[in-house]
Amino acid sequence: MSKSKLKSILKAYKWAFILPFILVLIYLFNHEMGTTAAKATAKNFRSMLTVLPPILMLIGLLDVWVPRTTMIKYLGHGSGIKGILIALFLGSLSAGPLFAAFPVAAILLKKGARPAYVIFFLGTWSSSKLPILIYELASFGKMFTLIHVISNLILFLASSFLIEKLLSHSEIQQLAAVENS
Amino acid sequence: MTAIFLYGLVLVLFIISTFKDPHKSKQALKISLQTLIKQMSRVIPMMFLVGIILAVLNPAVISLMIGKQSGFLGILLALVTGAVAHLPSFVAFPFGASLLAQGAGYAQIAAFVSSLMAVGVVSLGMEIDYFGKKVALLRNLSAVIVSLVFALIIEGMV
Repeated sequence: MSKSKLKSILKAYKWAFILPFILVLIYLFNHEMGTTAAKATAKNFRSMLTVLPPILMLIGLLDVWVPRTTMIKYLGHGSGIKGILIALFLGSLSAGPLFAAFPVAAILLKKGARPAYVIFFLGTWSSSKLPILIYELASFGKMFTLIHVISNLILFLASSFLIEKLLSHSEIQQLAAVENS
Repeated sequence: MTAIFLYGLVLVLFIISTFKDPHKSKQALKISLQTLIKQMSRVIPMMFLVGIILAVLNPAVISLMIGKQSGFLGILLALVTGAVAHLPSFVAFPFGASLLAQGAGYAQIAAFVSSLMAVGVVSLGMEIDYFGKKVALLRNLSAVIVSLVFALIIEGMV
């Protein structure tokens, strides 16, 4: 690894060094609040580690094994209602926080998926994850969960096409050019 | 459970991939590692920030602000709180249920839960990295509107 690359990585990690330091400061000023914050942070790390590394590994495999033509066929501009259903299916099967969906969405775009479908995929990821629905049912009941899922899906579907419409041709090309690394 | 399933699935796929083409597997591993290094620079500070925010905002404070009588203002407040907070859903739902038990309103909880899952202020920097400012901001704006509509439907029903 070159020196300048190492330098840019360290620069990117600036906040990863500063925030633990802030946490220690909070602890010094207020033991109780510091402990609560540290415990919550540890919990966050645990839930992040259960989903993020395997998802990134899946993305790597997807990148080398799924050809662009396949992606275009299933999620490209001509895929129609099939593309919407696949986006819904992919988002619903997911687990984990929304930020774990960003690299997945990026690889879909890179491989030629239609922006509206990918934005809808982010919408389904953030509202109708099947593994999570069980928790929602248990916490808030059937009616609440049903209204949540149906209203969110309809509105996210509409807004994803609207967002795509608002993008210029060059902005759409830029989207597809985003690299994961 | 989720962890075992996800790691197991990836391990199986990786082994199949290596049998079929070791070179491709190596490349996939390289891509994954590069993405991991890039993501962690954003994710690590996020985990700390969320932990700190959670320590400052405790359930008693929140349920006071978004009580049954808090109306539209309470819904807006819940929207903002959900957008800034960053809880995994399996923590957020029982948390929301406990807020309900402490006197929060259904519509306010709806706004909180929905924006918590769909709007990400803390992860906005990361989202902009991936999709650019315009798409990231528009997507979050749409998620705010979606959450507001959902909350108003619940408000109308209760």
